[in-house]
Amino acid sequence: MSQFAINLLFVGGSFLLYIGIAIWAKAGTTSDFYVAGGGVHPVTNGMAIGADWMSAASFISMAGLIAAGGYANSTFLMGWTGGYVLLAMLLAPYLRKFGKFTVPEFIGDRFYSKQARLVAVVCLIVASVTYVIGQMAGAGVAFSRFLEVDATMGLIIAAVVVFIYAVLGGMKGITYTQVAQYCVLIIAYTIPAVFISLQLTGNPLPPLGLFSTHIESGVPLLERLDQIITELGFRDYTDDVDNKLNMVLFTLSLMIGTAGLPHVIIRFFTVPKVADARWSAGWALVFIALLYLTAPAVASMARLNLMTTIYPEGPAAQPIEYDNRPAWMATWEETGLITYEDKNSDGRIQLYNESEAFAPEAESRGWNGNELVVNNDILVLANPEIANLPGWVIGLIAAGGLAAALSTAAGLLLAISSAVSHDLIKGAINPKITEKGELKAARISMAVAIVVATYLGANPPGFAAQVVALAFGIAAASLFPALMMGIFSKRVNNKGAVAGMLAGLGSTLVYIFIFLGWFFIPGTNNLANTPDNWLLGISPLSFGAVGALINFAVAFAVSHATEEPPVEIQELVESVRYPRGAGSAHDH
Amino acid sequence: MSGHSYDAEKYWKANLRLIFGSLIVWALVSYGFAILLRPLLAGIEFGGTDLGFWFAQQGSILTFIALIFFYAWRMNRIDEQFGVHEE
Repeated sequence: MSQFAINLLFVGGSFLLYIGIAIWAKAGTTSDFYVAGGGVHPVTNGMAIGADWMSAASFISMAGLIAAGGYANSTFLMGWTGGYVLLAMLLAPYLRKFGKFTVPEFIGDRFYSKQARLVAVVCLIVASVTYVIGQMAGAGVAFSRFLEVDATMGLIIAAVVVFIYAVLGGMKGITYTQVAQYCVLIIAYTIPAVFISLQLTGNPLPPLGLFSTHIESGVPLLERLDQIITELGFRDYTDDVDNKLNMVLFTLSLMIGTAGLPHVIIRFFTVPKVADARWSAGWALVFIALLYLTAPAVASMARLNLMTTIYPEGPAAQPIEYDNRPAWMATWEETGLITYEDKNSDGRIQLYNESEAFAPEAESRGWNGNELVVNNDILVLANPEIANLPGWVIGLIAAGGLAAALSTAAGLLLAISSAVSHDLIKGAINPKITEKGELKAARISMAVAIVVATYLGANPPGFAAQVVALAFGIAAASLFPALMMGIFSKRVNNKGAVAGMLAGLGSTLVYIFIFLGWFFIPGTNNLANTPDNWLLGISPLSFGAVGALINFAVAFAVSHATEEPPVEIQELVESVRYPRGAGSAHDH
Repeated sequence: MSGHSYDAEKYWKANLRLIFGSLIVWALVSYGFAILLRPLLAGIEFGGTDLGFWFAQQGSILTFIALIFFYAWRMNRIDEQFGVHEE
């Protein structure tokens, strides 16, 4: 069987499974559509949160970025897990006690203002759509390779599939579909990693293999990797970073963004009890950690494998000839995600870092520049091929990557559609809308969101994980502070919350757009996105943490300059703090 | 809760103390050991690199899991102690 047929079998088979589950669990009432009737077990819920959470960014893109950046990109690992600590302690149990469907609903009730609810809807939509763009970009890469179609066609296929099951299933469909997707994606991620870890270190557990001895050279794996890449002028893989401020802010931004993302928060409305909301966060992180502890191993091993493929005799000897390159390189070249240019016309592939420090060495070796460019987003997908693993493993990783992208996209679309139908239309425009009308509005808004995200996903403002990081910055700066102040402060009032959210969202968006283009349209940025231009060395990806600080400061200042919230609101804050008396999630 | 406002306040304080303590550990392993204090751990050899690198790529994640389960377990006990748990 050809590799194409195997890929088709795995991808097609897993899709049939998800769509089958979605149809089987087709939502009947609005309550089912949004929160699965409130009866999901913490472990099941944790697994669904895991699938929802781990997107194309985690699965396809993250290890590639760590492989390229080494220690400096550990920020993704800490940032996307540390947020669960904040969720479990600062938000989830209290929002579960509050017991409504959506995040804007809490903000609207707590800050007793329709205006606050609408601002929250805007924040939610901006963050979620940015996030979906990243998913679509990742799914596009995966489809274009495995179905051997071009990137645009891949995007369109992804959009159609997401639409079908998100629209049919609603939350209940998604909860069980996502459990299936979690299983597919975690198996797909870990199996190749186990093989590769065994090959390189003899240790079947990749997280341990990462710190084990490299069989071939007899030195620790990371030490061997450092040796090879520094000999080619690259930065030491395990080297410390100079700009610690940016590293701290980026990690913080990812953490508080995690806690502020509405599609994850609504998951905590689906557990029966407040205590279960706390356990759910723990279980979610256990399931997420299975991938996140494997990712750094995948990153360093893939980087090492790539280097030894190009330099089989070691970095001091000649690299391989282009005509003798492995087959995977040729197939990825067809997607345009690997490019080769024989700059010194010697027929060999020189892969090195064109730094000033390395220039004399490169010149003495007759090299005219780096000749191979590998897109970071392909590393995980190409990993089994680089390690010469059997065809079914490659098919499996295709199915896993798509599961990751599609599950998250579906969860986000649900959050967007419930914000539009429940908060915008039912909450503000037409409170008398029927259940049927509300469901219809939810489905139409999903369709619109998919079209917008697919359009922008064709020209994403960065690698999948970077686009997703932007979404986190936006959620961190806008929603998280409002939610946290709503629970932990009785003094913050409607005016403070609205001013805070607008200041946080506005400052973050402006900072991002200045460097990455207005509304992410390529070419409309005011300044080049380089560290010299950044304010205090803070990258646009890290600015969410600063935006959150601005949000908190403005909200407190405005609240203290204006009147206290009414007594019944202070009582509401009091009531969310105590678990007793939490029914299941309910409508007004 | 109105009849037990004194207890309610104590319950909330106990929760805040627990959160505060947990977040100190949370910050220490990630922002501390893995980033800002990494140079201090540079001397501690760990699998071809130093302990700070391990905290950045694995140690912090493992600590986060332990923290959440600890918090959930401890909070459930505090809920019962103050009689605010769900039936």
